[in-house]
Amino acid sequence: MTTVWVPCDAAARAVGADEVAEAFAAAGATVRRNGSRGMLWLEPLVEVETDAGRIGYAAVRPQYAGDILAGNHVDLGVVEDHPWLADQHRVTFTRVGRHEPTDLAAYRSDGGYAGLERALTLDPADVVAEVTTSGLRGRGGAGFPTGIKWETVRKAASDLKFVCCNADEGDSGTFADRMLLEGDPFSLLEGMTIAAYAVGASEGYVYVRSEYPDAIATLRRAIDVARAGGWLGRHIAGREGFTFDLHVRVGAGAYICGEETSMLDSLEGKRGEVRAKPPIPALVGLFSQPTVVNNVLSLATVPMILADGGEAYAALGTGRSRGTQVFQLAGNVKQGGIVEADFGITLRELIEGYGGGTRSGRPLKAAQVGGPLGAYVAGDQLDLPMDYEAFAEAGAMIGHGGIVVFDDTMDAADMARFAMEFCAKESCGKCTPCRIGSVRGVEVIDRIRSAPDADSRHQAFVLLEDLCTTMEKGSLCAMGGLTPMPVRSALRHFPADFAQNPPVDSDKNPPIVHFSSEGSTS
Amino acid sequence: MAGTVPTTESARATTTRELATAGRAQRGPLLPILHAVMAEHGWVSDEDIAVIADVLNLSRADVHGVVSFYHDFRRTPPPAHRVQVCRGEACQAVGAQALYAAAQARFPAGGDVEVGEVFCLGNCALGPSAVLDGTLVGRLTLERLDTAAAGWTA
Ligand SMILES: Cc1cc2nc3c(=O)[nH]c(=O)nc-3n(C[C@H](O)[C@H](O)[C@H](O)COP(=O)(O)O)c2cc1C
Ligand code: SF4
Ligand code: FES
Repeated sequence: MTTVWVPCDAAARAVGADEVAEAFAAAGATVRRNGSRGMLWLEPLVEVETDAGRIGYAAVRPQYAGDILAGNHVDLGVVEDHPWLADQHRVTFTRVGRHEPTDLAAYRSDGGYAGLERALTLDPADVVAEVTTSGLRGRGGAGFPTGIKWETVRKAASDLKFVCCNADEGDSGTFADRMLLEGDPFSLLEGMTIAAYAVGASEGYVYVRSEYPDAIATLRRAIDVARAGGWLGRHIAGREGFTFDLHVRVGAGAYICGEETSMLDSLEGKRGEVRAKPPIPALVGLFSQPTVVNNVLSLATVPMILADGGEAYAALGTGRSRGTQVFQLAGNVKQGGIVEADFGITLRELIEGYGGGTRSGRPLKAAQVGGPLGAYVAGDQLDLPMDYEAFAEAGAMIGHGGIVVFDDTMDAADMARFAMEFCAKESCGKCTPCRIGSVRGVEVIDRIRSAPDADSRHQAFVLLEDLCTTMEKGSLCAMGGLTPMPVRSALRHFPADFAQNPPVDSDKNPPIVHFSSEGSTS
Repeated sequence: MAGTVPTTESARATTTRELATAGRAQRGPLLPILHAVMAEHGWVSDEDIAVIADVLNLSRADVHGVVSFYHDFRRTPPPAHRVQVCRGEACQAVGAQALYAAAQARFPAGGDVEVGEVFCLGNCALGPSAVLDGTLVGRLTLERLDTAAAGWTA
């Protein structure tokens, strides 16, 4: 019987993968469900096992099942040889898409748990040193060196320490955490277990946003499987005295709970308000105990670092940005999905090369990089290398690696107003510059756009700039502190958009962009 | 009101009490318990808050403060159907604002269908995205919305 792989990833399911899987099963195939390869514009991307490898079929609909099984349908060739995939440098995402996500035997046979096995032969301090050597910086946005954080927790004296994974992934335009949780959850469990061993923690929590029900279900199943297999719980991997167990906690629709101290309060069952730092969570974290807080991708990269050595990872990348980054191409882009590449790749290579330009076919106007608090970069900045420092110098940030592409129907003033609106809606409310400033920001942008004359418009501009400075300097956390970044960048690159009057009705909104190339195999 | 167990409780309160009691032993139990109550009843009532406060030995104000902080915990019974349109930037780049406006016009407030906004569903390469009665839909069109709605009103 022919074996057919149909992704169970939420993005694939959102465009009909379940119906496709049913059709293949009804047609007599053995259907297996893998994570997504990340070539999302081709979903549902079906793979048929052959002697030559797994042959791909793009944008499959249920009615194609018969033809595909009979060999009468245009194919993509062997999926792993597809140039879009083969040209990438997959490290963190290496296994995503290959296996059934909770197939422990497949994980083991594909290098899984080699990192933990090696870690257990080292002293905890040497495990931390390996991570420090790798140069790994936190993938959640702030880019803080992971090894340094772990060393602080390791050295803290306490009987109870925690490892917490930040899987809140609230940034719009980002979905790599979700795809890893749904496609290769064991790599996160392994990374957290290595962290626990390195710092001396016995309990871990994964805080997943409620918008990700599939990821939550897969993660819970993976934890059960790992526990049954002796990879979580007591005496992990047969090692006397090493105990670590994991719990999944679900967020409740608050963006700010992605900020680490807000997440900790939420885990404690409180309102997700941001804590003042110091003390840092590494010393006074969950329930006031020393706590590692890391993003999904940071933790899922650790197994590879331990398996292959920190030097191997540090050999990749550029400047102080070592290793690879998992970029996410989103928005008005033709070929959206996951591109993992060494740091140093340019925005142009990502957007025009991998992305193939805009989905609408219209000229690109801007890209927002690094989530809702990230800057809008204009078309003339596309040669910027993806590097934390280079982006910072350009008044932008890489953040969690999301790249949202906009065509020329985008109105930069609308987007600036939205940034303020979003901040007003999602502020935790603890400090005034953020809570009140964002509400005022919306009003001032409206005033700019409806200004009757140049003079009053100019006054409103001055007010907006004042407001941005107050938010930037006076906010307790980066929610209020960075909201000025998208606002100012929109203003800097596209001042003309702010001279127009606001849209009076929705007809002025950018049109819904359909996929003209649906089913294309490019 | 710790310690004061009412002598007669509604069936709902009894269920809530069971859920709260079952969840009480874990660390930081309040959010998991509130999620369990949402899954069971679809919303959080004043009575639920009182019962949870009682079981966890917290004040009602404490529990209320947590409930009101999070968008997910609704304080009113859920509508028959829900359309949650993503208004995140990636979806806006492919027309989410127009869709959101159209959805609001299609399903006026107060009817069987509640239109709401969400900020990112993690489907940003295949937007516009929305959740229709719990199901994530990508590449959403007005026609697709109408198809779903036809099923609801039939
Ligand atoms: C408003 C705000 C939202 C954030 N959202 C997330 C998030 O969704 N996921 C995440 O990993 N980090 C997020 N962060 C960063 C975290 O505070 C923290 O730096 C990170 O979890 C640390 O892990 P890392 O060092 O592995 O990146 C956010 C920060 C702020 C200020
Ligand atoms: S900046 Fe905003 S989100 Fe951050 S602590 Fe202040 S009010 Fe809360
Ligand atoms: S921005 Fe809409 S799904 Fe991410």
